[in-house]
Amino acid sequence: MEKLYKFLKYTFIILWTVFIVAPFLWAVSTSFKDFQSVNSKVTYIPWLDFEPTLEGWRVLVKSPARGGVDIVEPYFNSIFVTCTASLISIVLGTLAAYALSRFTFKAGFVRNNDITFFFISQRIMPPIVLSIPFFIFLSTIGLLDSLLGLVVVYIVLLMPIAVWIMVDFFNRVPKELDETALIDGCNPYQAFYKVVLPNSIPGLIVAGMFCIIFGWIDFFFAFILTFTEVQLLPVKVVALNSSITPWWSLSASALISVAPLIIVAFVVERYLSKGNLSGALK
Amino acid sequence: MNFKHKYVFLFPGLFVLIGILIFPIIFTIRLSLSGWNSYTPEMNFIGITNYIRLFTDDPRFWESFFRLSFLSVSTVILQYIIGFALALMVWREIKFKRFFRVIFLIPMMTTPVIMTVIWRTFFHESLGPVNDLLGHIGIGPILWLSDPVIAKFTVIIVEVWQWTPFMFLLLLAGLLSLPKEPFLAAAIDGASSFRKFVYVTFPLMAPISIGAIIIRLIEASKIMDTVFVLTSGGPGTATETSSFYIYIKGLREFQMGYAATLSFTYLVIMIISLTIIAKVLTKLMIKE
Repeated sequence: MEKLYKFLKYTFIILWTVFIVAPFLWAVSTSFKDFQSVNSKVTYIPWLDFEPTLEGWRVLVKSPARGGVDIVEPYFNSIFVTCTASLISIVLGTLAAYALSRFTFKAGFVRNNDITFFFISQRIMPPIVLSIPFFIFLSTIGLLDSLLGLVVVYIVLLMPIAVWIMVDFFNRVPKELDETALIDGCNPYQAFYKVVLPNSIPGLIVAGMFCIIFGWIDFFFAFILTFTEVQLLPVKVVALNSSITPWWSLSASALISVAPLIIVAFVVERYLSKGNLSGALK
Repeated sequence: MNFKHKYVFLFPGLFVLIGILIFPIIFTIRLSLSGWNSYTPEMNFIGITNYIRLFTDDPRFWESFFRLSFLSVSTVILQYIIGFALALMVWREIKFKRFFRVIFLIPMMTTPVIMTVIWRTFFHESLGPVNDLLGHIGIGPILWLSDPVIAKFTVIIVEVWQWTPFMFLLLLAGLLSLPKEPFLAAAIDGASSFRKFVYVTFPLMAPISIGAIIIRLIEASKIMDTVFVLTSGGPGTATETSSFYIYIKGLREFQMGYAATLSFTYLVIMIISLTIIAKVLTKLMIKE
């Protein structure tokens, strides 16, 4: 019985691993193909099935004028928008989360929990509902098709995540910590800045990672709110898809776009194994 | 502890969020009462005409809504079952534990639209590896993207691949934070693994499970990227979800007024149904 269970367990784990890895392997293989090896028949293994070329990768750094797709600029745009929006969201979200965790708010029937819920509930908002008014809003204030406009929109996407994680985290940081600091003569800002914040690094890292993930993977807002001046990575890659679909450069650009965040998986695992995440994500 | 300073902490975030959101929401409501389209691009007032049209004469929206419900509920159930199973498997000591944990997390770190672009070549009906490999064992060719029924399952497969890791992460984090004592007690009583799961692990995990399911439902109800790239709602309208339908009405046919009506109705339905689901789940899973 125990043996059978073990057998089933490992079979399932290995099958699932294959399922997860399959599209990546396919993309890696495809990125080294040329027209012939994509369109004649399905090929898998370089040298054995087809002659690999670096064309798919070389095209990525060429300028569009010379037949390239220039992925460098969208890459930096994506990094800029994601990091700026994450940073703002984390700062504002952490402050708000601290207030919601430590102080009591009362305004009519609104209590702390309602305010927290208001923050988090913004995630329910489907992007399509916001995108049409944002389109008009941003064009009125002249921020359509600009990095700044996207940052503004991404704050709405990311701040709820920051608040969600940080409220739970602060609730687990003992209140005595701030109280001792206050008795020792700190004002509330110093207590927060010098005592609570240094003890919240794990929570901040988790919140930061989630903000970066959800900022980096957004497609829809970038797709609706930018056209030519500014392009983010996902939009660029999808645009490749709709043209004549050169699978090799498509795969190469896809791989290079998802690569940086895969590092995040290692960081998340580290925190998980050290037990820091279990507190932050409950 | 109560300070005047507390507002200094709360207000920047709160007002930035409200400040960014207030205009879009009011604007959507106002726009939904107008007949803004490509012929008359202006904010006129036509009362609730749009709402009457939506509730009496637009089966396509309701079909897309039920399709969305089917897709999001079925993907979340699958993600919960698989995610929970995976989390249980790498919870305690197994070989290469950390390696498998990392692998199981990777898909949620990848950009859905970009991976969907890869999936599209993967499921390509004549040049993709799936049909090719199935062909070698005599199955096939399966119309992954052009058959109205199978296309739905293709969307589900991609969504499950993409988001099971998130479920896995939340559940594993929950499992790792469980207290040790109940498990010791069960071990002393000589309970089997199965009974341990039913009577100890699952009840302890119930609150975390509910949280995880609701978070995933919220995110799944926004399915859009996958559909957009994989099938563009097709074949026909076979995989068209509400968001995608609103997108077509608003930003392809430029019936802005009507799209705003759809948006607002959709948002209200979403908030109501997610609240109900949250209440029902809590009742079902936590027995006092």
